[in-house]
Amino acid sequence: MSSDVAFPAAHPHASMPHEAPRVIRVSHLGKQYQLGARARYRTLREALVESVVGVARSIGRGGTRRAPERFWALDDVSFDVAQGDVVGIIGRNGSGKSTLLKILSRIVEPTRGTVDLEGRVGSLLEVGTGFHPDLTGRENVFLSGAILGMRRTEIEKKFDEIVEFAEVDRFIDTQVKHYSSGMYMRLAFSVAAHLEPDILVVDEVLAVGDAAFQKKCLGKMGTVARHGRTVLFVSHNMGAVVSLCSRALLLDAGRLVLESDPITVAARYQATLTAAPTVTSDLSGAEHYGSGKARFVSLRFVPERRDGTTREMMCPGSRLRVETRIVCSAPVDSANVGITIYDASGYRLVDANTAMQGRFVSLNPGDEARVDFALDDLRLKPGTYLVGLWMGRGNVEDIDGILYAATLEVEPDPQQLQHSEQFPGSYLCAFKHSVVISTPAADVARPGVHEEPGQRSAAGASR
Amino acid sequence: MTHTSIRPHTLRIEPTRGWVALRLGEVVAYRELLYFLVWRDLKVRYKQTILGVAWAVLQPLLTMLVFALFFGRLARVPSDGVPYPLFAYTALVPWTFFATGLTLASNSLVGSANLITKVYFPRLTIPLATVLAGLVDFALAFPVLFGLMWWHGVTPTAQVVWLPVFIALAFATALGVGLWLSALNVEFRDVRHVVPFLTQLWMFATPIAYPSSLLPERWRTLYALNPMVGVVEGFRWALLGTETRPGPMILVSGVAALALLIGGAFFFRRMERTFADVV
Repeated sequence: MSSDVAFPAAHPHASMPHEAPRVIRVSHLGKQYQLGARARYRTLREALVESVVGVARSIGRGGTRRAPERFWALDDVSFDVAQGDVVGIIGRNGSGKSTLLKILSRIVEPTRGTVDLEGRVGSLLEVGTGFHPDLTGRENVFLSGAILGMRRTEIEKKFDEIVEFAEVDRFIDTQVKHYSSGMYMRLAFSVAAHLEPDILVVDEVLAVGDAAFQKKCLGKMGTVARHGRTVLFVSHNMGAVVSLCSRALLLDAGRLVLESDPITVAARYQATLTAAPTVTSDLSGAEHYGSGKARFVSLRFVPERRDGTTREMMCPGSRLRVETRIVCSAPVDSANVGITIYDASGYRLVDANTAMQGRFVSLNPGDEARVDFALDDLRLKPGTYLVGLWMGRGNVEDIDGILYAATLEVEPDPQQLQHSEQFPGSYLCAFKHSVVISTPAADVARPGVHEEPGQRSAAGASR
Repeated sequence: MTHTSIRPHTLRIEPTRGWVALRLGEVVAYRELLYFLVWRDLKVRYKQTILGVAWAVLQPLLTMLVFALFFGRLARVPSDGVPYPLFAYTALVPWTFFATGLTLASNSLVGSANLITKVYFPRLTIPLATVLAGLVDFALAFPVLFGLMWWHGVTPTAQVVWLPVFIALAFATALGVGLWLSALNVEFRDVRHVVPFLTQLWMFATPIAYPSSLLPERWRTLYALNPMVGVVEGFRWALLGTETRPGPMILVSGVAALALLIGGAFFFRRMERTFADVV
């Protein structure tokens, strides 16, 4: 069943030594995003101001207006899946896994290429899609079932099974806002697990609940797979991929890099994890703005442990060292050098600069300088962030700036994968906190208290 | 492994451009989801409220009292020979349905962002379900309307059989405007600031506190381009037997409502492809 294919698959339909009909045919699929486009729900005023400012800039500087930066979240991906195949999709955050699943689930439209699907597709990109906190467990089973594409008669038939699997029968007529997070997740997963489409598309849902429930979910997935259903699933859990999947795809930067048996792919993935974070970004091709008296030439991220030793990946709580190299061509007097970390929608999250530390950089033509920043205790959730660089003097001049110099990947801490519960929704910041609970007994019908690191900007020292 | 020999039709996913088909058949296929979304809206709307569904009746009723006092009593606004409270309330019932439907629908897509980015279904069901759920509040306001009619000794004539037509017109208008605004709101959050203002202006452009007979004859057809003019005058004609017979005014309103609805549906479908990317 395994087939080693070089990347990117030139002949998408050539590598299928399989008799079963192909139920998914993906060919030359691409999805382009505009940087910051996910935050495009700007106001009309912003839209107007931007266009006015843009025109003014191009007149004032006589330069060209900066074109919106685009990137391919998914780039020329082709593969086939045969009926009954269980295919794992692996890749680092931002490699295009979720985009691929979203296209297959018809949530977003591709920019290029086609997908042919045969059969009913059920997608499970989140646990608890459509759950409403004010409704009871029973009501939510029906609502969520309908949203996931089940017929009412089908839900009625499976209702007892769903409740039993979730182990919440005593609370089925309680509003789910009174559930503990574990109960909530179990019920939500249980509804989804009883979905019976021909093709099931699953994103990372196995990372929910306690270890025992995870095991149960894996079991359920195995049963689904053995019933000849086609499954595509994205996971960071290599154990699950290896034990469940018959094939796996490795995505990197939107491209299909490897399509093979799960063990080979998992090994390759681990290798990319260890290699990637300290890669140096060459900034010569980046889009610079500013006077250009001095320029950033490279940028490097080095994840470190608290004691300053290098670690292999950036996780929440890591220490992040950002090393920048600057080359000077005209005299620079007391410039401020700064970095900014944005989230994927372009919101500025972290700002660190030398002026904050009372330090400024002066350079003479021909000088090569290094400015390193150390961010202690990186409180960013796992995900993809963008890093921008700037050098200049207050509101006086921009010497060199790069809006998006590099992407920063924060990976989930492997040691915490088992225990961290993923809560639906998102938050912008959270603080280190402790909790004191004093009750006569453990109260199960209350949302659990959770400690989860959030984000906090931390500016480190500069040299 | 079991291999089913049934080969269902192939679904092709590919980029689309420009105007696309409405695919109403798909909305019909997802009618159970539509039912559950309406049911959820109804269940949730009055949770944790003391008065519960009474709000559906109180809103037009209290507005009517204010209007009756200020416009009817103090300003002595004419009311086509109908007692002013009844005159105003007959208009406020469809108006409240329209204004609530419009407001909720315009926010419906943004409010369902978590669904839109996580699961596929025809997006048209979202604003549609919101406006449909409003029909229940609408129905609840009717007993009070009939009570008022009885109190003022007004008996409906045979014209009342036309009422469903005007209800349909109100529904089409609310959904039509709701489709435009909900799709726009995904991209431009200005819409949420525009809506309260819009409904307020629209209310004054609709003969609720005053009769359209105040307008000079030649302006009325133009006035009726506001579909709610046709709805309100139609309600008064069907229930209270006022003079405004279905004529050019109601025809113009009907055409305007249909244009809003059809245009809105196509606009919505055109915008739909980027909802999940932008919302």
